[in-house]
Amino acid sequence: MANQMELKDALVELIRRASTHLPPDQMAALRRAADSEPKESMAQQTFEMMIANAEAAATSSTPTCQDTGTLLFYVDYGPEFRQRELREAIEAAAREATRRSYLRPNAVDSRSGKNSGDNTGIGAPYIHFEEEEKPGLRVRLMLKGGGSENVGRQYTVPDSEIGAGRDLDGVRKCIIDAVFKAQGYGCAPGIIGVGIGGDRMSSFLASKESLFRKVDDTNPDPELAKLEEQLTAECNTLGIGPMGFGGSTSVLGVKLNFRHRVPASFFVSISYMCWANRKATLLYRNGTAEFEQ
Amino acid sequence: MAKKIHLPAGEDAIRSLHCGDIVEISGVMVTGRDNVHKYLIENDDEMAHRLLKDTFIYHCGPVVKQNDKGEWSFVAAGPTTSIREEPYQGKVFERYGLRAAIGKGGMGPKTLAACEQLGAVYLHAIGGLAVLLARSVKRVLDVHWLEEFGTPEAMWVIEVEDFPAIVTMDSHGKSLHAEILEKSRAQYEMLLKK
Ligand code: SF4
Repeated sequence: MANQMELKDALVELIRRASTHLPPDQMAALRRAADSEPKESMAQQTFEMMIANAEAAATSSTPTCQDTGTLLFYVDYGPEFRQRELREAIEAAAREATRRSYLRPNAVDSRSGKNSGDNTGIGAPYIHFEEEEKPGLRVRLMLKGGGSENVGRQYTVPDSEIGAGRDLDGVRKCIIDAVFKAQGYGCAPGIIGVGIGGDRMSSFLASKESLFRKVDDTNPDPELAKLEEQLTAECNTLGIGPMGFGGSTSVLGVKLNFRHRVPASFFVSISYMCWANRKATLLYRNGTAEFEQ
Repeated sequence: MAKKIHLPAGEDAIRSLHCGDIVEISGVMVTGRDNVHKYLIENDDEMAHRLLKDTFIYHCGPVVKQNDKGEWSFVAAGPTTSIREEPYQGKVFERYGLRAAIGKGGMGPKTLAACEQLGAVYLHAIGGLAVLLARSVKRVLDVHWLEEFGTPEAMWVIEVEDFPAIVTMDSHGKSLHAEILEKSRAQYEMLLKK
């Protein structure tokens, strides 16, 4: 459904959707997880409560989780747009969305400890720009919760402690190690975004970008598709379960994303997305807004 | 099926709970985070004695709202990480006769020992369950130390109805967290060797 809208209003609506509606692929993944656990088990009931919470959030238009996370915007823009104006519109939308309680004030000055109160500040919201030749605008938004971000990790391989070398099996060991160490603390089950290669920064960026993929999609590279599937299955044998209560679903998916690297370094960077996997996309052209989730 | 708990709850009711039980709590309890725990240890507070006996403390920094009549309500009320209270929790249980802490992530050996000795439990609320948990907070009855500690750190006295949680540390020396960690470790070591 397309609507005539001011850009700022469309961005506020984008934030509202991301915060209050879990995407359908995530809801379906939680449903499958609930159905795969034994009836009346702790794991099954926990999944049922997560689903009920997400449904209640959507119908009452209130945040799915009180930690509305870090705002990560990915913007692809056509020639009719200018970065500075887009940034201003996004910041204005973040302020408005905070006023309307779609977002909790989540931008704290790291020096003074003071909360800006409106989700804007130095480097907040985070915005990644990409220029496109064709007209129009695509804005993807991810809300990344703090508890799950805390269990992310970056490995430098070779890593002798876990026996991880500079190959796909080494990558595999890093992922298993990260999921084991995270236990339930990142509000499991997680979606595991993995950046492989790059420098420390671009490696983490790659891990975040992979989290924009649908939970249940298939990697177009058959070898990687197989590895992602195998890793998901292996992580699920750990028995961590939702919130770490035990169960057969500890992760909902593993997403691999490669970068070229310098010969001297090999990073494996892991971003853990919690069960409140909140994302939404805005397509905007000629004053018309369309939303996707 | 969930076990119903009505507050205040005595030792017998608490000792009948076991790791893995799903519970629904109704009655009056309080919230408390770092500042409250620290205060309760450093002071022997008369009012707190009356308030905390045989009830539960919820590790939660709520998002609250106040209406024109000055009445408070909880808008979002998910649990916060409990392990920060590990140095205090057992002592607070003992001094004030509390029967449970509710939070997320579990607690350590000191708290587990106190649970066993005193007849108390640790209850895990589901992280991120903001809407459902706020709805189960029916009324805010009172608030203490709001000025001194601020909204998230104040001690809110709340009446809850069917507040859902899971027993992950019981009064019989069992911790689900330790159990899951050990079980997953065995599997983890096997996967790394493969
Ligand atoms: S990790 Fe996710 S679900 Fe858990 S409290 Fe943070 S944002 Fe909410």
